[in-house]
Amino acid sequence: MHVPDGFFNVAVSVSAAAVAAAGVAVCLRGARRELDDRTAPMGGLVAAFVFAVQMLNFPVAAGTSGHLLGGALAAILVGPHTAVLCMAVVLLVQGFFFADGGLTALGVNVTLMGLVTVLAGWGVFRLITRSLNGRAAITAASFAAALVSVPASALAFTLLFWIGGTAPVEIGAVAAAMGGVHVLIGIGEGLITAVTVGTVLAVRPDLVYGARGLAAPLVLRGPGGESTVVPPAPAPAASPRPARPFLLAGVGVTLVLAGVVSFFASGDPDGLEKVAEDEGFLGRATDHPFASWLLGDYGDGGGVPVGVAGVVGVGITLLVAGAVAYAARRRGTGAPEPARETGGVAT
Amino acid sequence: MTASRRPGDGAVASLEVSRLAYAYPDGTQALFGVDLRVERGERVALLGPNGAGKTTLVLHLNGILTAGHGTVAVAGLPVAKDSLLEIRRRVGLVFQDPDDQLFMPTVREDVAFGPANLGIRGEELQQRVEDALEQVGMLEAIDRPPHHLSFGQRRRVAVATVLAMEPEILVLDEPSSNLDPASRRELAEILRSLDVTVLMVTHDLPYALELCERSLILSGGVIAADGPTRELLADAELLAAHRLELPYGFTVA
Amino acid sequence: MSAGHRHRLHRPGDTLVHRLPPQCKLAAVTAFALTVVATPREWFAAFGAYALLLAGVALAARIPPGFVLRRMAVEIPFVLFAVAIPFIGTGERVAVAGLWLSVPGLWAAWNILAKATLGVAASILLAATTEPRLMLLGAQRLRLPPLLVQIAMFMLRYLDVVAGEMRRMRVARESRGFAARDLRHLPVVARSAGALFIRSYERGERVHLAMLSRGYTGSMPVVVDLAASARQWLVAAMLPGAALVALLGNWGMA
Repeated sequence: MHVPDGFFNVAVSVSAAAVAAAGVAVCLRGARRELDDRTAPMGGLVAAFVFAVQMLNFPVAAGTSGHLLGGALAAILVGPHTAVLCMAVVLLVQGFFFADGGLTALGVNVTLMGLVTVLAGWGVFRLITRSLNGRAAITAASFAAALVSVPASALAFTLLFWIGGTAPVEIGAVAAAMGGVHVLIGIGEGLITAVTVGTVLAVRPDLVYGARGLAAPLVLRGPGGESTVVPPAPAPAASPRPARPFLLAGVGVTLVLAGVVSFFASGDPDGLEKVAEDEGFLGRATDHPFASWLLGDYGDGGGVPVGVAGVVGVGITLLVAGAVAYAARRRGTGAPEPARETGGVAT
Repeated sequence: MTASRRPGDGAVASLEVSRLAYAYPDGTQALFGVDLRVERGERVALLGPNGAGKTTLVLHLNGILTAGHGTVAVAGLPVAKDSLLEIRRRVGLVFQDPDDQLFMPTVREDVAFGPANLGIRGEELQQRVEDALEQVGMLEAIDRPPHHLSFGQRRRVAVATVLAMEPEILVLDEPSSNLDPASRRELAEILRSLDVTVLMVTHDLPYALELCERSLILSGGVIAADGPTRELLADAELLAAHRLELPYGFTVA
Repeated sequence: MSAGHRHRLHRPGDTLVHRLPPQCKLAAVTAFALTVVATPREWFAAFGAYALLLAGVALAARIPPGFVLRRMAVEIPFVLFAVAIPFIGTGERVAVAGLWLSVPGLWAAWNILAKATLGVAASILLAATTEPRLMLLGAQRLRLPPLLVQIAMFMLRYLDVVAGEMRRMRVARESRGFAARDLRHLPVVARSAGALFIRSYERGERVHLAMLSRGYTGSMPVVVDLAASARQWLVAAMLPGAALVALLGNWGMA
């Protein structure tokens, strides 16, 4: 599932990076509310756990095996904001330390395996636990959440592939292959998530973010053996945060960037097509509705090569992503910061 | 029950716990109103069977767990959210498993971690690190990775990591567990040589007798006995009532 | 405690590459990967130049080729996918050794293989010459949000804990004759995952408590000085710089 360098075209990589950066920036702010001073250690532990469990391959069907994505599990254990941060860290570490997943595909990977799995998983989980309560309901909701999160991620992958995959494979075939395999993987993920959450719930329910609010009254024993009961202090009510700012920020940044990048890229000749024309074996490349949008097209005309446009586009993304992260950091620490480069980014 | 609380001569106690009660978030209650007082310079053993709430009590002493009811004060300063950093400087907690305590790549960095968190840097930091390691006789291991040391050496380094913070009171959780007899004796010598208040949590009764004049028995989430170690250990009935046993062949004269 | 991983990923050394401050290397590798990905796939000369540049870095860092090649195994799943593209791809087909292969598919396969391989090799060299902890401190200097850096720090710390627990549990499982073969064994694997979480959590919790006890307030005290000189930045910039020259040179020829 880890997408390597060169798998998606530059526009998709860039847009996904922008979405990922915006999502992570929003979560950096949200995470502080979820776990207080335990955020970093708990997040680190869950990240290490997700990393380890991703190495745990389980057999799916005839010869293929799948591994856990872990997004839904992380969301249920530590809350959705921290979960996104965990997944981002796992992917960063895998990319930089283990060369697993391309550095330029980091945005795609964080979007697919972090944002999408967490959002889908947590959404389903909340939907079920809003009306049902108790351990069995939480465990069942965990199963459903993880089950949905994997095909959701595969679907998002297919969508990205449709927009800007570099491999000329029929979108229907990709959808079928990804969908089929990932529904099966989803069942595995659902089972593992449900059993993990169930086990933790049975032993340490206080560790499950999705199951807060269990506290019994305290008993005091006096020297003579007499007992008095002290009612527990009321737990602060935690309200679920809407995912809207998340989505708005992502969509906004994507649109801005898509505009910028396609401005630079419009009318670029694609390398293959140029060669194909020269060699005279041009077969009409598959056209899709997004063909004229972004860099997905094998257009014609002269001008700047795609590569150079790509470098420019990626440079812009880095600037924007940096600005978003910087702004979020500043706001997080509460230091006054003159507004700059934050226009259009709704964090 | 032997109650022999010495008068504090008007001075502030190193540690004062009153009516402390706590339940884990899963609803299991571990402490049911603990009262205890440790004077400055004392070495006190906290005895109790497994599951008596010893570790839970220890985690309250530096504010890692927040009391559900009751108070803890260290050298007069109550444990509260806004005093946590100072409380953690004053209470040096040595955990049972040195592998939990040592997490930096070298002994030097590990010992420096605590004082560095207090904002100490440069020359003074180096001096603190070296002094602390000198006190536990581990100065020559300063640049080695902790996981290359023997278990006994690691426990001594763990003590040094806490000494480097110049604590008011040293709290040791099962200091003698898993030590071979020689390491055990060396650690006892080190602890005796330190000029600091010590609270030692253990079910190793001979070790308590060797190091501490006074002992407390924690049982069922309350302090069940408090008195001179020798007297408590001589009371076979008291020990049996709280699942404490002297090793075979060991008698208290 | 974290020795296991450090040995596998990091090859300690005292070369020019090892000594460069981590933030310089991180920036250089990222810029290099961007350049590679932005290169049109038919510019073979540029890809050749990139490979030579990486070989040069490996030589300067005294990283043996075998070390890099062994670590390239992470790429295998996508290599398999790339190999499949010419068979399932659409568009014009050509006969290659008796097989009808898709021409765009062949191009796509080459594109993914070349770029992914260069990217993986660059990351391996980065990880081999940079201590993980320093890499994170470097990332922090590059303005990666501190919370992410800390999560990553704890992740590295706990990875050994989790891996250790996992190994012990696998030994326990396998010494009782268990091996996961098909879907029916999934519940066993799942229960292991649950137990793994609790076991590693409880150990991780103790480590965290030990850190809190020594005044940890949410950020690692940075005792190491990581300032990079202009000269070091210049040295680091040589890799992406040379790659960019190769890219532009190839553009000139195209």
